[in-house]
Amino acid sequence: MDTRRGALAVPKVRRVGFFTPTEPPPESSQRPNRSQSGPVEATTSSSPLSDSPSGNLISPVLIPPSRHHSDNLTSHAAAPVPVPGPAAFRRYLAHDRSLHVGSYNAPDSLLGTSPPSSNGEFSEDSVSLFGFQRSDSTKLSASFPNGGFDLTLAVRAPQESETIIETASASEGKKKIAEVSGKSESVTTKPQKEKEPKSLKDKTTKAERRAIQEAQRAAKAAAKGEGKRHADESVEANPGKAAKKPQPKKERPPISSSVSEKTAVAVEKEKRMDVPQTQMQYDDKSRVDKAKRRAVVEQTETKNKVELFLHLPQYERGSQLPNLSSNFFTLDTIHHAVYKVGLQHLAGDISGDNARCIAMLQAFEEAIKDYTTPPMKDLTMDLTTKINGYVSFLIECRPLSMSMGNAIRFLKNQIRKLPVNLSEPEAKASLCSDIGRFIDEKIILSDKVIVQHAVSKIRDGEVLLTYGFSCVVEMILLYAHEIGKKFRVVIVDARPNLEGKKLLRRLVSRGLDCTYTHINAISYIMREATRVFLGASSIFSNGTLYSKVGTACVAMVANAFSVPVIVCCEAYKFHERVLLDSICSNELGDPDAVANIPSFSTKAKQSKMMDNNKNLQFLNLMYDSTPSEYISMIVSDYGMIPPTSIPVIVREYRRENLLL
Amino acid sequence: MPDVQSMVAEFVNKLRKRKIEGSQATAKCTVELLRSVISHQRVPHANQAAALIDAVKAVGQQLVAANPVELAVGNVVRRVLHIIREEDLSLTTAAMAGLDLLDASDDDDIDNCKGIGYPAMSAAVVAAAARSTLRPPSLQTLLEGTPESATVPYTSSSGADSESKTADKSSLTRKLKHDVIEGVNQLIHEISGCHEQIAEQAIEHIHQNEVILTLGSSRTVLEFLCAAKEKKRSFRVFVAEGAPRYQGHLLAKELVARGLQTTVITDSAVFAMISRVNMVIIGAHAVMANGGVIGPVGVNMAALAAKKHAVPFVVLAGSHKLCPLYPHNPEVLLNELRSPSELLDFGEFSDCLDFGAGSGSLQVVNPTFDYVPPNLVSLFITDTGGHNPSYMYRLIADYYSADDLVM
Repeated sequence: MDTRRGALAVPKVRRVGFFTPTEPPPESSQRPNRSQSGPVEATTSSSPLSDSPSGNLISPVLIPPSRHHSDNLTSHAAAPVPVPGPAAFRRYLAHDRSLHVGSYNAPDSLLGTSPPSSNGEFSEDSVSLFGFQRSDSTKLSASFPNGGFDLTLAVRAPQESETIIETASASEGKKKIAEVSGKSESVTTKPQKEKEPKSLKDKTTKAERRAIQEAQRAAKAAAKGEGKRHADESVEANPGKAAKKPQPKKERPPISSSVSEKTAVAVEKEKRMDVPQTQMQYDDKSRVDKAKRRAVVEQTETKNKVELFLHLPQYERGSQLPNLSSNFFTLDTIHHAVYKVGLQHLAGDISGDNARCIAMLQAFEEAIKDYTTPPMKDLTMDLTTKINGYVSFLIECRPLSMSMGNAIRFLKNQIRKLPVNLSEPEAKASLCSDIGRFIDEKIILSDKVIVQHAVSKIRDGEVLLTYGFSCVVEMILLYAHEIGKKFRVVIVDARPNLEGKKLLRRLVSRGLDCTYTHINAISYIMREATRVFLGASSIFSNGTLYSKVGTACVAMVANAFSVPVIVCCEAYKFHERVLLDSICSNELGDPDAVANIPSFSTKAKQSKMMDNNKNLQFLNLMYDSTPSEYISMIVSDYGMIPPTSIPVIVREYRRENLLL
Repeated sequence: MPDVQSMVAEFVNKLRKRKIEGSQATAKCTVELLRSVISHQRVPHANQAAALIDAVKAVGQQLVAANPVELAVGNVVRRVLHIIREEDLSLTTAAMAGLDLLDASDDDDIDNCKGIGYPAMSAAVVAAAARSTLRPPSLQTLLEGTPESATVPYTSSSGADSESKTADKSSLTRKLKHDVIEGVNQLIHEISGCHEQIAEQAIEHIHQNEVILTLGSSRTVLEFLCAAKEKKRSFRVFVAEGAPRYQGHLLAKELVARGLQTTVITDSAVFAMISRVNMVIIGAHAVMANGGVIGPVGVNMAALAAKKHAVPFVVLAGSHKLCPLYPHNPEVLLNELRSPSELLDFGEFSDCLDFGAGSGSLQVVNPTFDYVPPNLVSLFITDTGGHNPSYMYRLIADYYSADDLVM
């Protein structure tokens, strides 16, 4: 069975050019797996696994997609494998481990496939590190699908200097988080001791042993939250994924087929849901009307629309707010916490992607706590529809940001994956803890990791330029100041929100040297800057940065002046959509905010009569998209990566539910 | 004389306090002032041109020093100097021609008295030779060499003839001054009429359904767009608001008043919108000899974005904006920082600044102008037609004499 599974994964190897058409017949249980994992290593690193029999498979132009090997892996972790003997066992384990590394961290595939970035440091280091790690780490943790990657990181931790790890770790998900949580003062999960297999212990060096121990601790910490569910998933997920391949399906033993058939359907469904639903196009009259009938919020449309943006909702802000807040005590369909957050979004009390996302998740958490399954209904189904209702209410209040969409998707996934045998309180508790974990890990810890990474890029005497207000950038600057780095900050701001003032206030009161200017003067001020730090609303899988409007201008000018642009973005904001321009997908703000200009320039003051002139429109775009060529580096919780690595991270981690 | 001095002082004061805004208004005021300086200048018998030039230069230096960033002042002073030199030249060549004529055809007096007979041909040739040797070589003289030599010296020779006949020195003096003032008047006319000249070309550059992005408030741009609108072209205009001075709002207001479809966008949305824009049209503050442009702040950003999206970047500039200088570090040296109060209210941050501790400082940068390097500019439209950035230095040679480049 196992061998078959190994064989099943084979067609996923994308081959270009010449390759040997015949598959070597699987002789032993681990042979095929090794042969598949072989190409990856061969292409990405000079791994010590030269004994792998994959030589005949590797053609010089064989491109190993990392997804294949992640599939492979999980199948391994889950499937009980006959163990031939101690020596072989060890070797096999080493292999297994390396596979895990590949699947969860995917650092080699990530970095190997990505073109050299402006920051050349990572690829070399990480590859060699992983090469080393593959040969040495000999720990079996089949019971922990997560354990694998945690281990790998920690293994190399003691051996390589801290800085290398920080720069090299392109993609350590939870491991990194766990590591940070261990290091920094906030220990969310208690490290736990774990017994090590004796046979291994004897053979490993002291450093390695320590590393393994540390890794296990980290692994435990990471795995704790997910518990057994994760393990279940990985078992389940595999046959499903394998089932996608039509040809091997027939060969599958009948026992597993019934199970996998079912999971296959589930996976298909999941896949369909995973495909990002297209946003509602507001120039589609019939759909808009339909949506309006359902709407809780009565919106008045702006009268003078910009033709180019008819596909986006353009509502008048604020007019419906009093009405809505009076409804607060009479509402029935929407939970009050969600309602409150919706109104806050509408009024603009909460701004910033992280803050909005956290507020939304906490409201959902509250709603779930208060939720009771109606009789004759299934919790999973009913709760999902409830959440859907909340989400559409929130969308009515203000279009969701990409990161919020990701968070919602995570929540729905968790609901869908609730084991059937859980009682209602258990299910609710599990969901609430999931939400809490998401907020902690994906947002708060992520930010800490990002700060650690980014601070390493700040040197004394630098002039850092930032645009608008990003809470991560603020944390970076404050932390860098705290640890005694000497630098100057240039804050570039733009109308109409003038969020930069908020940042300026916070930095100045903490004693940083600041320069403040408007975005028009960017070419003037850019000559002084040595680095540009930008926040992000989302990063799409073509590397496009989707962020506060004006970010693209800043990045472009920085590029023209050869100043490196560093984007700080939590990985949960990565999105698999692609975007080319800022027109197709955007959000429109209040046009009056643009029309109203400060009183000091009385000369340019607008008269009231202009408002009803048909020829005059005010356009208040909220976001714009920055082409990836302007971005030198993205600092995320997976380390510092080039924008070309985004699709890989999105694919690998979304698949393993690590990203969300 | 004293009233001229006071006029100059007053104008210098205005320039220094930045009371006059806009290069066109400044240029016009400058020419008018120079005209009165010239008309009040008492001219000695000998070397009148030099006296005029000195007088104009003296005033010009004061004016330029008053506002070195306003390049139009220097440009106009150089133009006036150029006019003086040209007129002087034409007078001397005419006189030379007259003398030549007298020498060559002493006995042909009758012919000369009668006016223009065939001997005038020889005079024309001499004058043309004199002109081509004395005048700085320019493309115009090269191309128009033959027709000019045929026509221009004709009149001048005839005029010179009559003058040499009367041989009245005071009338000659008056002639120079008169000619110069005539030339200056023409310059004033040219400066005030440059909008129409430029706007006339609008129809050649704007097509139906075009989307145009502009920024800053420029009368030239306004006239240009309206001229196209009057010719029944329908197009829409995006105007970047130009914070913190909000010149874009002014422009938008005017455009709407003239019935153009106008959308005001924030400055930060320039990059987002540029992909849907067919052409960027801006009014220049000054055009440098290398083809670089000094424009309202934010222009460089728009130019870079336009370059990125291969959108034509068109600069409208009257000829008084052509500056014969090559820029060095123009973003800083030819810029002006305005009051920070346009960005932050007075005292807005004084509560969080700790002056005692000495740590933490706040600077506010509010520049007025932006420099666009020539490689980002697609086309210049001046009152003499469209030009490439690389052609600017040649165009400048037509307007200024090389002696005046350094004042």
